[in-house]
Amino acid sequence: MNMTPKNENCSTGQEPCSCETQAGPQPFPMHPGEDVVCCGSPVRPPSSTLERPGYRLWHFVEEFVETPAGPVPRVKTSLARPDILATALARMSSFRNDYKVEPGLYCVGRPGPDSAVLVSANYKLSFDALRKELSGLDAWILVLDTRGINVWCAAGKGLFCAPEVIRMVKLSGLEEVVRHRNIILPQLSATGVSARDVEKGCGFSVTWGPVRARDIRGFIRAGMKAEFPMRRVTFTFAERLLLVPVELFLLIKPTMWALLAIFVLSGLGVGFFSFNAAWLRGFMAVCALGAGIFAGAVLVPALLPWLPGRAFSLKGAIAGLLGGAGVVLAFWGRARGLEDLALVLFAGVVSSYLAMNFTGATPFTSPSGVEKEMRRAIPLQAAALLATILAWVGASFAG
Amino acid sequence: MDTLRYLDNVATLHLDGEACVGCGECTLVCPHGVFEVNEHKAALVDLGGCMECGACANNCPASAITVSPGVGCAVYIIQTWIKGKERATCGGGECC
Repeated sequence: MNMTPKNENCSTGQEPCSCETQAGPQPFPMHPGEDVVCCGSPVRPPSSTLERPGYRLWHFVEEFVETPAGPVPRVKTSLARPDILATALARMSSFRNDYKVEPGLYCVGRPGPDSAVLVSANYKLSFDALRKELSGLDAWILVLDTRGINVWCAAGKGLFCAPEVIRMVKLSGLEEVVRHRNIILPQLSATGVSARDVEKGCGFSVTWGPVRARDIRGFIRAGMKAEFPMRRVTFTFAERLLLVPVELFLLIKPTMWALLAIFVLSGLGVGFFSFNAAWLRGFMAVCALGAGIFAGAVLVPALLPWLPGRAFSLKGAIAGLLGGAGVVLAFWGRARGLEDLALVLFAGVVSSYLAMNFTGATPFTSPSGVEKEMRRAIPLQAAALLATILAWVGASFAG
Repeated sequence: MDTLRYLDNVATLHLDGEACVGCGECTLVCPHGVFEVNEHKAALVDLGGCMECGACANNCPASAITVSPGVGCAVYIIQTWIKGKERATCGGGECC
């Protein structure tokens, strides 16, 4: 193999360069001692000594520390650019459905046999939320296989459960790593975990940690005791807004169908179908749809405590009807009476339904309550949608 | 969660005061402060705050608490109506 390119044209791209095909862990030296490369792009750094064939090293692993149960990765307690970018992606798309770390034992700092053991889920956002709060602490992190689902939802689905805790305690060889027999579980995992079953199954007693990872430090400082606020779930303005992008993402597909239906229904009229009407009237209906989506998926989460009523469908209907009224004002004079009615109703129905669906993303709605609300709201929503369609198509024939 | 309240008088949560041993585990695991322990007995101090997550019943050593646990999610509930409770899922990762 040539150590230097024979051909001067290599660097200008006119001729194939002999080292372009070069692959492998070592940089290809053009001139010994120089890190310069053929063909412009700088050479990537050599593979880390931590890497092993068949595995891919996470960027957050600092090193592997030897323990009686084998090597355990020490992870960084700060988030890097790839973590932040992936978090943003997970917050706004289906990327979150398969974003996980490998289950098993990790550590931060320099933990020993007496250090605390924190148990977490293997959704990467859960793992990141925990490790970024642990700077300066020495602790073990036992990550369960919750199929990439966060702590509370995994507990609700029965994935974050006593048998899984027991399985991972045994699989990780935790009892060889620590002398004590206690593990700290996030409080919200109690939905799926029976502390007594864990102790019976593996001999480790359970201490209920705080709800939020950011309270871990205060919890440990207080002698493994959580103050009352640490035990309560919150749903602040910022926490609610964080959910909006995914709500909107999930609406892309249904919106496409709605657009098609709007186009068809708007074009129907005395001459059977008018493309002109489909376009002109359709545009108004699309604006009402947009107002309904904005009201139900953005305004309702944002203004949740301030919108009147307890039922989400009612909060959504109010926000949506106001949005629809805004659309009518914007098109004042262009729509007829029946059409005005249809536009307002349409935005109200869309918003009411989306707001009702938002119950699934909140941390305080009971299933009994949601079911009760739905039994009342869905017939009303269906009736309002039917009235919307009749008024919209009827206006075209009446006109 | 004092500013955010959902429907009252719907939660299926029930506490058997006779059976309660006053260990206080329910006050540790409840995310909405529904329980308080006074004089070695737990009491429901905010039934309306209950979201039926099931954490208390799951961890009550005396089996004094019963609740029909579940996910308060419209998509899931619609599916239980259509497909039945066993085959219902939260559609497309909508809620959790």
